[in-house]
Amino acid sequence: MSNQPVDQSRRTWVTMACAVGGAGGVATAIPFVSTFQPSERARAAGASVEADISALKPGEMMTVEWRGKPVWILKRTPEQVADLNKLDPQLADPKSERKPAELTPEYARNTHRSIKPDVLVAVGICTHLGCSPSSKFQTGAQASLPDDWAGGFLCPCHGSTFDLAGRVFKNKPAPDNLEVPPHMYMSDTKLLIGEDKKA
Amino acid sequence: MAEMKQAPAGAGAGEKLLTWVDNRFPATKLWNEHVGEYYAPKNFNFWYFFGSLALLVLVIQIVTGIFLVMNYKPDAELAFASVEYIMRDVPWGWLIRYMHSTGASAFFVVVYLHMYRGLIYGSYRTPRELVWIFGCLIFLCLMAEAFMGYLLPWGQMSYWGAQVIINLFAAIPFVGPDLAILIRGDYVVGDATLNRFFALHVIAVPLVLLGLVVAHIIALHEVGSNNPDGVEIKQGPKDAKGNPVDGVPFHPYYSVHDLLGVGGFLFVFSAVVFFAPELGGYFLERPNFIPADPFKTPAHIAPVWYFTPFYSMLRATTDDLVNVLAVLIGLGAVLNLVKGAGTGKSKVTGLVIAVVVIALLKTFEAKFWGVAVMGGAVVILAGLPWFDKSPVRSIRYRPSWHKIVYGVFVVNFCILGYLGVQPPSPTGELVSQVGTLLYFGFFVLMPWWSQLGSFKPVPDRITFTPH
Repeated sequence: MSNQPVDQSRRTWVTMACAVGGAGGVATAIPFVSTFQPSERARAAGASVEADISALKPGEMMTVEWRGKPVWILKRTPEQVADLNKLDPQLADPKSERKPAELTPEYARNTHRSIKPDVLVAVGICTHLGCSPSSKFQTGAQASLPDDWAGGFLCPCHGSTFDLAGRVFKNKPAPDNLEVPPHMYMSDTKLLIGEDKKA
Repeated sequence: MAEMKQAPAGAGAGEKLLTWVDNRFPATKLWNEHVGEYYAPKNFNFWYFFGSLALLVLVIQIVTGIFLVMNYKPDAELAFASVEYIMRDVPWGWLIRYMHSTGASAFFVVVYLHMYRGLIYGSYRTPRELVWIFGCLIFLCLMAEAFMGYLLPWGQMSYWGAQVIINLFAAIPFVGPDLAILIRGDYVVGDATLNRFFALHVIAVPLVLLGLVVAHIIALHEVGSNNPDGVEIKQGPKDAKGNPVDGVPFHPYYSVHDLLGVGGFLFVFSAVVFFAPELGGYFLERPNFIPADPFKTPAHIAPVWYFTPFYSMLRATTDDLVNVLAVLIGLGAVLNLVKGAGTGKSKVTGLVIAVVVIALLKTFEAKFWGVAVMGGAVVILAGLPWFDKSPVRSIRYRPSWHKIVYGVFVVNFCILGYLGVQPPSPTGELVSQVGTLLYFGFFVLMPWWSQLGSFKPVPDRITFTPH
């Protein structure tokens, strides 16, 4: 290092040049990072979809695509609906009180988490890490499930379990119940997924 | 300008050319510093093959990768079919592709063994901390490279594996969900994700990886290689030229020596490529022969084997484990307060930090902590140079029971790896929770246990018997 005293006026200009250059660098990075956002085309693909549930018999489930995600429409038998109440103590959030704005629209904040007690509409994506849980409607003991299994869904990735209302069981990796998408009935057998009356 | 050197009178054309180059580029200087006159300890054993083998696999991956890109299409509609096209229609395409897929697993085999070598011989200790840290960064890069590469065939496992790992980022408090969308470029894994992963896998990460490999080697050659005895050859006797007598020039001694390792490696590598390229579903998982289907998660999804120890720890982090962690941290802080060696101030700071961490543990959900545990399990490796307080470097001169500790660590790592391949089960969950605590305990308690026991006398010079 040289022993000459620092020329403060030059030092000021060097600092300013670095600051301006740095700001320019950051400004240039913004458009590059922005290209990582969903494109206009991806954004536009978020429209709502219609589903005809007239052919759905009790105990059956159909899947429709909404925003690239699977949406389940499950018609539960009266016994299945009646049994939902009994599970409350085993569930992490039986009354759908967590993140209600994101996960459970007002009209689904009940035991059966649906508008009609028998028809469940839920996004089939696990709230843990986004796998699609498999249907395990068969009751009783089986692999990866408890012996008193009452029917529901099992996420194959990390073993989270959900009941027939998409409510998550306690002490599982998934933190929340399955998302109920905004939806409404256009007629008794026609569902519109992606929109509800308040919108 | 530096003085121009002259080739001696009567020199051949080759030597004249080299002199011409050396006056303009430090070719001879670089060669001597890194190869011809790089003195490495002469007592290297089997474990020292894996550094050069990692370099060989890197070359295999780059070369096969270039040729794969010539026929691959990074498009959600075309990707799966283009990989099958490479396998069936491109002449010898199957060989290039199997070399690349086997190379990915071989990379991790070699790198895990290379890291294990560093662990048992204390190769990360002063002054080799940066060699180790560059190595840890290489490991991180390799994980990113492997993960993004696995999406490209666009099979079921590619798709759902990526879906799970990207959602890991969504678990980060506050910014998580937006960050996941920024990584995917869409609301679910899709064409945009495939395209950007292709760019990152083929251009960005390999460039960073190469830079880090260069830094790793420059740092190593600056401080010199460690050896199985953990003794510095530079502190031993030197010859007339000032080179350590316990070292031999890398070339020709170790370049030829490493050829033996290369030969052995290629036997195994070729056997896998030609006879078992899927290795029973471990190198190429079976669901990946089904095209990606966003509506159907395969019945059992598991990452490729090299990620499974970390994946097990992710799965093990449930509310129960978070509670156990909170209790352990509390106990640790109290123990430090009562029996710790630090000053009163540091003890109180420790207690305050513990209270904050416990509060955070209970504030954020177990899902986030699962991600933190998984990331932490990789990042904690970088701390080894500072955790290890043993007075000797090498396992050879440590108390014999240290070998048991390392043995338990390795077995535990393998058990975690095995459990990560298996479907979730209550027993597996409990075992992996114990395994997770053991894994972290090994590192966190290392400053304590690495000093315990009676150490054996370290020789002044390396032990070496000519053969």
